[in-house]
Parts: sequence; C-alpha cells; structure tokens
Amino acid sequence: MGLSAVTVLGVDRPGVIAAVTGSLADCGANIQDSTMTLLGGHVAMMLLVSGDLDSAELLKRLCAPDLVVTASAIEAQRHFCEEGGGLGYVLTVHGPDRPGIISAISAVLAEDGGNITGMSTRLTGRLYVLIADVELPKEVDVAALMRRLAAVGACLDSEITFRPVEPDLL
Amino acid sequence: MVGGRKGTPREILGAPHPLLSATTEPVDPTAPEVVAAAADLLATLRRETSTPGLAAPQIGLSWRLIAFDTRLHPRSRSWAGELVLANPRLASASHWDPGREGCASIPGLTADVLRASRITVHAHLPGTGEPVTIEADALEARCIQHQLDHLDGLLILDRVPGALSLHRRLHSCDS
Repeated sequence: MGLSAVTVLGVDRPGVIAAVTGSLADCGANIQDSTMTLLGGHVAMMLLVSGDLDSAELLKRLCAPDLVVTASAIEAQRHFCEEGGGLGYVLTVHGPDRPGIISAISAVLAEDGGNITGMSTRLTGRLYVLIADVELPKEVDVAALMRRLAAVGACLDSEITFRPVEPDLL
Repeated sequence: MVGGRKGTPREILGAPHPLLSATTEPVDPTAPEVVAAAADLLATLRRETSTPGLAAPQIGLSWRLIAFDTRLHPRSRSWAGELVLANPRLASASHWDPGREGCASIPGLTADVLRASRITVHAHLPGTGEPVTIEADALEARCIQHQLDHLDGLLILDRVPGALSLHRRLHSCDS
C-alpha cells in the first residue's frame, strides 16, 4: 500500500474540498492526515493519502480540472525528535511587515535543533503575525535561546513571545 | 462623563504601534490630567460601538486606565455598567475557558485565548479616587482581562495557544 503527499491549490469556491475528496474516494485513496486553509482567496490543501494506487497513477486519475494538484510518493514517516524527547513551545511574532522575518526567526531556532511543527502567518494592514509550534530538544538552554530571539526581534522591530505549551490536562 | 468632564474621542492605535507593546505607568486617579484622559477613553469607547472595552494605550496613553461596558453584548452575564477604572488589579481568577477574541487594535484577526470566566478586580475610580471592587463573569470577565493585558503591553497574539489558533476576522460577532 503506497503513501502519497497530495497538494491542491486553486481559487476558493464552495465545493472545492468536496470535489477533491470525492475524487480521492473514487480512486480508493484513504486520507490519513490533511490540512487546508485560505491564502488570499485561494484554497491550499495538503493531504497524506494511502491506497493501492501509486502517486503517478493517483495524479492521473484525480479529477480536479480547475485546480493545481501534485502528488508525490512518501517513503516513511520521519521523526526529528524522539517521542517524549522534546519540549513544546509556542512562538509568536508580531510587528511591521518586512521580508526575512520567518527566515531570521527559524534560523535562530534551527541553531539549537528547534523544530517548527506548525506555523501560520497572517498579514493584516501593516501588521505581520507569525505563530509557530516549536519543539526543542531537552538539553537546549532556553533562556539563552530567548535572548537570541529577543535580539533578532529587536532587529526586525518585532515583538516576540516564546513560552512553554501548557496543555490542558482534563 | 468622568469627574464632570465630557471627554473627546481619540484615534485608536493599531498594531504594530510600539505603545501597544509597552508596559504602562500607574496613575493618580484624582489628578486632573488623568481624569481628562479617563473621560477621553470613555468618549472613545462610546464612539467605537463594535468593541465593549478599551485600554489607555489604545488611545496613545501609557497609563493604567481601562474602560468597558458589556451591557449590550449578547454573551454578557454580569455587567458592572459603563466604567473607567484606574490602576486595576486582578485579585482572583478562576473557571478558565477558551474563547475567540478580536481587538480594536488588530482589525483583521481574531485569536483563541484562554481566560478566567470569573474574576475579581480591585481599582480606583478616576475623579474621586474611590476604591472599587468588581466581580465579573463570562464576557465581562474576558473583556476586563483583555484590557488588563493591554496595560502590560500584551495583545491577544501573545496569548494564543498554538499555530492554528489565529484566525482571519470573518464575522462581526468574533469581536
């Protein structure tokens, strides 16, 4: 059974998701993970699907005429942090929009082996907002990392908050 | 009216204005300039009918003043009425609930924020300086905590629990 990564891009309208997922179902593909959002009036969707068809065949048989669709084979899931080996944090950045914010922030995290596991960015007027879920190795000096993040934030004229995830234990 | 002053509505600052990220200064609630600022804050709140609360930094003043009036909001339970508070301090907070909030200084976005739904706040009334204690719940409690955050230079963006907790404001009811 093959695993494929499918991406879908197109102008947003009612029925886009129904069309894509219906076509996948017709191909016998099972959606394992998915996420979708709207980016400037365009629908952007990413799916991990499993099924009997390989990626090339799946792409050929997917019926989505007004959408840009790609499908790639995925060999195996990769884990950058061992289960339970990382610590979760939420990073927020907000400030005036300018090029290079994500690259500057993510480079600081990468220096310490920090892994961004989820991210959303939004631009509204002059205000640019970045929210990211970050997993850090346990041995990281978090105070030092926060000082480096603050320094980068000052250069970007942006406010940065970096705090541990506080999961609700119910 | 605050201390007999009518007040003048002021422009609301939008993020990323640096005043919105700064910690504010305590005030003397009986000082004439503070009473005037409180009246301006209330006049601005009355003009901005889409929001039930404002804090002084949003009108360009780095002082510990907040104004709120949640009587007309459909999700209100308690309401203390139309109030301006000087040097408000959160004395107790309990019954934490997530909820989606907008902000008059961030017109395009809303965010999921965890807030206490029952709070007690101590403060002083501008003008007389009389101490007051507010017991608030539900939307009024959320609104007051949102304004208290402004006094500490915090926006809803600093409170989101994760990357998927930020939303475009699509509906007016998000506020």
